[in-house]
Amino acid sequence: MLAKRIIPCLDVNNGRVVKGVNFINLRDAGDPVEAAIYYDKQKADELVFLDITASHQKRKTMIDVVRKVAESIFMPFTVGGGINSIDDIRNLLKAGCDKISINTAAVKDPQLIKKASSRFGSQCIVVAIDAKRCQAPKKVPGTFSWQVYINGGRTSTGKDAVKWAKQAEKLGAGEILLTSMDCDGTKDGYDIELTKTISTSVNIPVIASGGAGNLEHLYQALTKGCADAVLAASIFHYREYSIKQAKDYLIKRKVLVRA
Amino acid sequence: MIAIIDYKMGNLRSVEKAFLKAGARAVVTSDRNKILKAKKVVLPGVGAFGDVMKELKKLRLISVIKDSINDSKPFFGVCLGMQLLFEKSEEAKGIPGLGILKGSVKKFRLKPPLKVPHMGWNQLKGISGKPYVYFVHSYYCDPKDKDIITATTDYGINFASMIQKGNIYGCQFHPEKSQGSGLKILESFIKKC
Repeated sequence: MLAKRIIPCLDVNNGRVVKGVNFINLRDAGDPVEAAIYYDKQKADELVFLDITASHQKRKTMIDVVRKVAESIFMPFTVGGGINSIDDIRNLLKAGCDKISINTAAVKDPQLIKKASSRFGSQCIVVAIDAKRCQAPKKVPGTFSWQVYINGGRTSTGKDAVKWAKQAEKLGAGEILLTSMDCDGTKDGYDIELTKTISTSVNIPVIASGGAGNLEHLYQALTKGCADAVLAASIFHYREYSIKQAKDYLIKRKVLVRA
Repeated sequence: MIAIIDYKMGNLRSVEKAFLKAGARAVVTSDRNKILKAKKVVLPGVGAFGDVMKELKKLRLISVIKDSINDSKPFFGVCLGMQLLFEKSEEAKGIPGLGILKGSVKKFRLKPPLKVPHMGWNQLKGISGKPYVYFVHSYYCDPKDKDIITATTDYGINFASMIQKGNIYGCQFHPEKSQGSGLKILESFIKKC
């Protein structure tokens, strides 16, 4: 059967990996290529690069990074962050990444999902959703709904995250990368309720993101949260856990992962 | 020299680089002569069934593919490249495939919690060690002749993940994205034939 995936995420700024990558044995810890090779050797199941560069030069720099990474690893990798148009997508895929993750641009123009998936195939179009809890419209105590935020979590859209996920699927998204803004950075665990709600509402794979602090959190997201994959940044970068440790733990807990 | 057929639908560098890493000499080309001269031919998989068939026709590569196979040249179809070898696909109604192998390509019809595309790492049953390899596809091959199936993979149904008939080899997964186990499969194709 299909294994659950463990996906490390690297933030890239101006062509450099940021957010305290703390590997040993790397000549240059800020080099995205070396970081990618490191995770390829560790048998991570996929890799995500999030481009957080704010300058106009960003596309060009990121394309160089993608080209070099694609030359160096034998595993699937996704690029996200600031991707606005069919041209952006084409250029990145041409440079050699396997999937593109779109967020703000998809919310602003949902037809971009349709155009991109029909041109390049659903399998390479990931829709990233940043969701935040809010009181459910019915105002039943203890019930929540989740709103979609864009622009790196700065702007509320008023869109319901579950509805948006379903719409994205209909438009041709091949996968959803779901980040809980409430949990992101807390290391207290993923938003299990959110993950489960979205994952059981759509028929495409869902990657849970935001909040991983230990291996039990990965387990919870993959079992109770019904996630198809878990994304984590700091627990791997700071070497709190290796990919192997994560997989050994999950295997012991009877989760199907690739050893 | 291995010719990797370029039908101008996407980046084939990862396929090329995987063959190089596995020890082959390989070139990505849509040049009919280069393909005909090559010792082995690879038909990779990017894009959709109908689009690629149209593109192969436009580039006048269909006869080259058929000639290579008829010449008993080792031929390897990867992912969509394997699907194209069959007669037809539910992905492209009305557009026939290459029809070199009997059978058709069907869409996954699965019950929750199984999702489509079948995306991620799954095992090859029938290959020693049942290695995990990377899949991403919504359609699967249903060969008429079941004897050509050399490995199957379980995803709601047990589908054909590797096939072989004479000099024709095919795999539904992406060996170029399957780390060590993918490279091993490429190595055995390079050595075996």
